[in-house]
Parts: sequence; C-alpha cells; structure tokens
Amino acid sequence: MIEIVDLHKSFGDNKVLDGVNLTISKGETTTIIGRSGVGKSVLLKHIIGLVKPDEGKILIDGEDITLCKNEKLVELRQRFGMLFQGSALFDSMTVQENVGLGLREHTKLPEEEIREIVREKLRLVGLSGVENSKPAELSGGMKKRVGLARAIAMSPEYILYDEPTTGLDPIMADAINYLIIRMKNELNITSIAVTHDIVSAYKISNRIAMIYEGKIIFVGTPEEVKNTDDPIVRQFVEGRATGIIKAV
Amino acid sequence: MGMRLVSYIGSKAIGFLADIGGVAILLKEILFNLPRLFKNFHLTTEQMVFIGVNSLPLIIFVSIFTGAVSSVQAAYQFHNYVPMRYLGTAVGKAVVIELGPVLTALVVSGRVGAAIAAELGTMKVTEQIDALETLAIDPIHYLVVPRFIAGITMLPILVLFSDLVAILGALVVAVVFVDVSAHTFLSGLKMFFHLSDLFAGLFKALIFGGIITTIGCYQGFKTTGGAEGVGTSTTRAVVISSVLILVADYVIASFLFG
Repeated sequence: MIEIVDLHKSFGDNKVLDGVNLTISKGETTTIIGRSGVGKSVLLKHIIGLVKPDEGKILIDGEDITLCKNEKLVELRQRFGMLFQGSALFDSMTVQENVGLGLREHTKLPEEEIREIVREKLRLVGLSGVENSKPAELSGGMKKRVGLARAIAMSPEYILYDEPTTGLDPIMADAINYLIIRMKNELNITSIAVTHDIVSAYKISNRIAMIYEGKIIFVGTPEEVKNTDDPIVRQFVEGRATGIIKAV
Repeated sequence: MGMRLVSYIGSKAIGFLADIGGVAILLKEILFNLPRLFKNFHLTTEQMVFIGVNSLPLIIFVSIFTGAVSSVQAAYQFHNYVPMRYLGTAVGKAVVIELGPVLTALVVSGRVGAAIAAELGTMKVTEQIDALETLAIDPIHYLVVPRFIAGITMLPILVLFSDLVAILGALVVAVVFVDVSAHTFLSGLKMFFHLSDLFAGLFKALIFGGIITTIGCYQGFKTTGGAEGVGTSTTRAVVISSVLILVADYVIASFLFG
C-alpha cells in the first residue's frame, strides 16, 4: 500500500503540490487525472523518490521513501517499475539491452537467462523480433511497449505510468490500456497512472483521483466520477473550456 | 534601472556560487563512487576509446602544425640574437610544458566536453536519467565515473602523442625550411631536457581531463528545456572548461615552476 500524506512541493514561487493526501491500495489501479501542468508527473516522481518534497511523507508499505537514501532507496526502487511519457528508452542501447538493464545490474543471472526473460517480457507486451533494434527504429507505440517491458522486467510490485497513452493514435492508445489492465490481472501489480486522457482513465482504473490547485479534490470509482456533481470534476471529464477551471 | 542591474548582478553571482557548489558536490559523489569503479568497467573502456583513441587523429593533426609553427616562430625570434642550436631546446620546452597539454586539452574540450554535455543533456531532457534512477541505477556511477576516469587517464596519453608529434613536426620544419640540421635540433632538444618537465605536462593533462569531463557531465545534468537547453549546456561546457583549463594551467605552473 502507498500512502501519500500532506505532500507539499514548490518550484521557486510556483506551488505545485499543496497538501496532497492519497492512499493507493494493493492490487488496484489508481489513476490521477488533472490538467496539464498541475503536478501529476511531479507527484508520480515523488512516489519513486526522483523528487524530494518540501513537506510530507510517502509511505511504501510503511517505509517513508522521502527519508530513504543509498542502499535503502535502491532496495525500494527495485520494487517499482515506471513507464515514462516519452518512453525514455536509452537510445544508445538496443531493445534487448534496454529491457535487460535492471536484471544485468541487480542480479547475477547468466546472460542466456536474462535474454530469455527479456524475450518473455517483450512477448507479454506483444512484441517480438525487435530485440536488436535501436529505439530510433521503433514507432511511438512500440517504444511504449518496450518501456513497459523494461518496467516489468524486474517483476515489480508497483508500476507507475506517466501519461501512458499521450501521443498515440486511438487504436494504439487502447492497446496500451489493454496492456495496463493485463499487467494488473496477470501479474497482480499495483498501478498508479497519471493522465489527462479520461477515456483511458475510465478503462484502466479501479479508482480515479483528481488533482486541482495542488490538492486531491476527488477520489472515486470510474462510475462515481461519471455520476459526480462536483463542478470541477464534471468540467474536466466533459472537457469544457468554460467553468471554474480556467482555460489558460 | 539601478535596482534591475543590482538584481541581475546578484542573480548571476548566486548562479555562479551555486555552480561552484554543484561541481564540488559532483566531485564528491565521483570520489564516493570510485570504489565501485570496476563494476561495469566496460563503460569506462568504451569512454576511453571515445575520449582517447577517437581523439587521436585530430590531436595528431593539430600537434603537427603546433610543432611546425613553434619551430617557425622560434627561428624568427632567434634570428641574429640566439644561436639556432637552441631551437630544439626552445621548441621542446614549449611543447612539453605548455603547448602539448594546453592545446590538446582545448581540442579535447571542444570535441569531448561538448559531446558529453550534449549526450547527458539529451538524456536529461528525455528523462533517460530519471529512467536510470527508477531502475535503481546511480547515474553518477553509471554515466559520470566512467567519463571522469577515461578523461584523467586518456588526456595524459594523448598529450604524450601530442608532444612526440609536435616535436617531429618542428624537426621537419626546422630541417626543411629553417635550414637547421636534424642533429643540431635534436642535440638542442636534449641539452636542457628534464624528465620533470614531461611529468609536469602530464600532470597538467590529468587535471585538464578531470576538468573537461566533470564540467561536461555537470552541464549535461543541469540541462533543462529541450533542444535549446541542450545547445546552451553544450556551449557552456566548452566555454567553461576552456576557461578553467587556462586558469588551472596558470595555477599549476605557479606551483610547479613559480
């Protein structure tokens, strides 16, 4: 379970997170929605310890990651996988090297076994025969799949998805949604996604949390989001430029 | 207007101090990571090839002309004042103590410092460095230490090649264009040659290698924005390391020869 407690973060004068509280239960997919630039990705990066908060705690099964350093942080991070918005594949490496990097660094598995795990993870995300390709040779959707294969290579307990469907065509976006659901069902992974793609959020989520002005203002199931009377949530899910949320 | 000027100078001064602090922290982290150097040593050898072997053709080309021009210039200044048997002495001293290390470092700074800043800067803005961290891999250990070690080991080796080629270039010019025999040139070269001069040049090269790679990595890591940010970091890496090379050259010379 992940508990985010009273998280604050500012960049200069820009207060991005202003007391975020959220609990993510084991085995669930929780999606954080909100406008671009409201701090969704910053929140995700706090969860894996890439960004340190000004105040607040993030408890990973009771362990506060914001206080962890060196070996303890390495140990905690090995329980996570993360899919980045732009996939963030290492462009100097092949697909095979990208996916197997964590295994090569943190295990003493023989090379042949690592290659077999890489093939298996790539099969799981619907890719084969691209092991020797460089990221520059892949389409956007393929890069996301390789990024996902890399995220699950170490069999993590948690996966963080940063805008998993952004920049993809609707068909490929749906294929990624299907993969996210499959990861949860087949691997029993707890997932946290941030997105402004409401269609994707409805499909993949057990719970949806909306972030607005640095705070979580709503948490509910996809059905509860669809039926809420909260004017801010309604404006966002209906995609209206007029209302409380200013289109600037 | 006055307040804006004060504010501008103040922000630049704070930025400068922050950069000094940032580089100091990076150096501390490099030292902290040195015990794990031999884990992933292939990354260091790859960087040695990139920084050392791949720079060699350019260094040889630059060094030939460095030696050639020092021969011509020294001969011009000696004319009617200093006997030509000292031509080899002057060229040898200048190349080994000063020209070899400094020019090699400036050329490598342009080629390697820029490449390091551009590569790490691109990795930063495309979240590849974040991705390394999410895989529980320390970017300092994985990206910076191999470049630093390759820099401080390859620069002295490049300088050795540079010294040799520059002196050969000077010798050829002396024989063909200045009308000094090879024997005269070489006996002048040997006359006041001290091994300590060579080691001083190699020590300078080691420091310059550290400067080029540390500044390149630091600028790469602090890159923000997109392509423009990468371009700015690359330029800053070359400019700052070139300036620091010249400052360090003076400081080391003051200690060793002052």
